Amino acid sequence: MLHINNAEVIYNKVILVLKGLSLHVPEGKIVALLGANGAGKSTTLKAISGLLKSEEGEVTEGSITFMGEQINNSSPEDIVRKGIFQVMEGRRVFDDMTVEENIIVGGHTRKDKAGFKRDIELVYDYFPRLRERRNQLSGYLSGGEQQMLAIGRALMARPKLMLLDEPSLGIAPLLVQEIFQLIKKINAEEKTTILLVEQNANVAFSISDHAYIMEGGRVVLGGTTEEMKANANVKEFYLGQSEGAEKKNYRELKQYRRRKRWL
Amino acid sequence: MDMTFLLQLLINGLVVGSIYSLVAVGFVIIYKATSALNLAQGEFLMVGAYICLDLLSKHNIPFVQSLLITLAFSALLGLIVERLILRPLIGSHLISVIMVTLGLSSILKALVQLAYGTDTIPFPEVFPSAPVQIGPIPVSQGYIYSIACVTILVTILTLFFKYSKTGVAMRATASNQQVSLSMGISVKKMFAISWAISAIVSAVGGILLGTIRGGIDMSLSFMGLKVLPVVILGGLDSILGAIVGGVIIGVLENLSGGYVDPMVGGGAKEVAPYIALILILMFKPYGLFGKKKIERV
Repeated sequence: MLHINNAEVIYNKVILVLKGLSLHVPEGKIVALLGANGAGKSTTLKAISGLLKSEEGEVTEGSITFMGEQINNSSPEDIVRKGIFQVMEGRRVFDDMTVEENIIVGGHTRKDKAGFKRDIELVYDYFPRLRERRNQLSGYLSGGEQQMLAIGRALMARPKLMLLDEPSLGIAPLLVQEIFQLIKKINAEEKTTILLVEQNANVAFSISDHAYIMEGGRVVLGGTTEEMKANANVKEFYLGQSEGAEKKNYRELKQYRRRKRWL
Repeated sequence: MDMTFLLQLLINGLVVGSIYSLVAVGFVIIYKATSALNLAQGEFLMVGAYICLDLLSKHNIPFVQSLLITLAFSALLGLIVERLILRPLIGSHLISVIMVTLGLSSILKALVQLAYGTDTIPFPEVFPSAPVQIGPIPVSQGYIYSIACVTILVTILTLFFKYSKTGVAMRATASNQQVSLSMGISVKKMFAISWAISAIVSAVGGILLGTIRGGIDMSLSFMGLKVLPVVILGGLDSILGAIVGGVIIGVLENLSGGYVDPMVGGGAKEVAPYIALILILMFKPYGLFGKKKIERV
């Protein structure tokens, strides 16, 4: 569905952030993109959604194709209309607008009135807490509720591909479980393909079908979630499971660093 | 006698104040959406008044049609100004944007002078001149129509921002541009619409002022400056504040004109709003209804 091939992103014409990134998101799946801070995960999402432009960034090389159509450097509006919707990091609800108004803004690109009304109810069915608070200012919601609102708002655009940037950020573990189960449910019921950026590998793996690991602006590992879970490096660095307490030679850490070409 | 004098002043204040409110709303719409202070607001008002006058008296077009044509023209003016002057400045320093609107005000003023000269031109009588008796005092019908007009327009705007998809999207843009972009909202389009609405609203203010005063001249453009104390009193980013602020300043102006002017020999009417402005800035710098930042603890 979404193919990124060797993409390079430069900010402010000088700062190279993505250094030849390639990944593939198959239709109907949940794909997790993991990595440390500064690896370029958010930049990848913004490159897809076109939001890079508002931060003086640009895809200078490589290609991003969505359903067979190249979308590098298209405007964010066009990309939303094509069916890609990004839920930005840190929720970013419109504080001074009510919950329902936030949801309405999410469906800004929609044309069908009847479906629009129905989908507002659909969002409330997924997130009943939002229904209770529909007329409250969204700035007064809790962090978890704001994240639900951000996802519900995205649902209103009926995206084919939803990009989620760290939905677990700053949210209590129990609520994170709840939100991730809802993401899984949306994926299954609405057939929305999901590209999920996370720091928390455990929780991401709990719902993903495929996963990629990014470091320094490149994808360094990729595969099905099962393969990734079994990978010794992933276990050690992302899942915190170490095999025994034997001493390790520094050169043996992260074998994948020594590969010449990534995917 | 004293009581009627007071009531008369209050009604005058209310009428002028409601027009201030209208122009202030135009000012706030632009500020909220694009965070630019439009110092050419008064000129938008003046241009609207002159165009309408031209249609009425030179081309003998009935009032309603003239009004509609003027509004269409004003919307176009707003769109052109946004497209040609403001859009290239997106991302540049706020001061440059403000200076550009100042330049724009001079240009518009000069154009109007070129076209219509500097003499006061009588404004054709639009509303019947016979006053209506409200209680003990006679009130001119123009005043009543004017207040009705402002009320209707402000109600329409309020409903527009509350319930229409475009209105809600404009508020979203005012709240956070990048997030609005991610919802597929065209921020540029929202900017353009803000300028158009603002120009329309100001033009209505200009026409109402023309009918009330019975004549228009270049001094109409001072309304742009009058509006500054209004929006600062109300809070720069609050439409409700602009409305309340307009009425307060209008009433204040007329009361000081009626009571203080005879004592000091004139001038108090003009100065009072600015004294109020300074006091507000000292004690309530965000205005009565200025942005309440929600702090989550």
